[in-house]
Amino acid sequence: MSHAFLGAALVIAQLLLVLGMACALLRMLRGPRAQDRVLALDAFYVNAMLLLLAVGLRSDSVLYVESAMIIALLGFAGTLAFAKFLLRGEVIE
Amino acid sequence: MSLVDALPPWAAVLVGVLVLLGAGFACVGSLGLLRLRDFYQRVHAPTLGSTLGTFFMVAACVAGFSLAQGRPALQVLLIGVFLTLTTPITLMLLVRAALYRDRVEDGRQMPPPAPGDEG
Repeated sequence: MSHAFLGAALVIAQLLLVLGMACALLRMLRGPRAQDRVLALDAFYVNAMLLLLAVGLRSDSVLYVESAMIIALLGFAGTLAFAKFLLRGEVIE
Repeated sequence: MSLVDALPPWAAVLVGVLVLLGAGFACVGSLGLLRLRDFYQRVHAPTLGSTLGTFFMVAACVAGFSLAQGRPALQVLLIGVFLTLTTPITLMLLVRAALYRDRVEDGRQMPPPAPGDEG
């Protein structure tokens, strides 16, 4: 009974996270200005990282945790670079 | 034998509730990102996912892996620590860039820069 609850909870959590990724993707496509798109990219990779953690729990593999950590690292670097570009790229124009 | 079957019943319920809470917070944050009107309102929404969502999901992973393997699995905590450290840096820099762009390009009524703040 409780194991069925955990299985269902993991599936529902994955669906919720995919829904969150879809929302972020929609905002990234729609976003009126560049900073909206960068913010949506940030939310997108956080959701993807949480989805990897849920997949790791479901398939009982710590390997997914390592890849989630890599996504967190590279996503931070990417968003930081984009924000820096928005701040500095305009100075040159 | 997967992790779901290896857990005792109370731990399965605990991990399930934690996973649902984490995913729910992340989903609500992304919905807010889609629905709110202004960039300065929208910047608040995804932090729900990167603070509370990550906290609950990391707690679920620590509890699940530790109880299933019988030894502490603490490497997941690194993700929580790392995201807690980096999210404020990213978002403050992004808001600074947005403020700068709004002041330069739009001519919208933005508050003037604080003294000593290069923005």
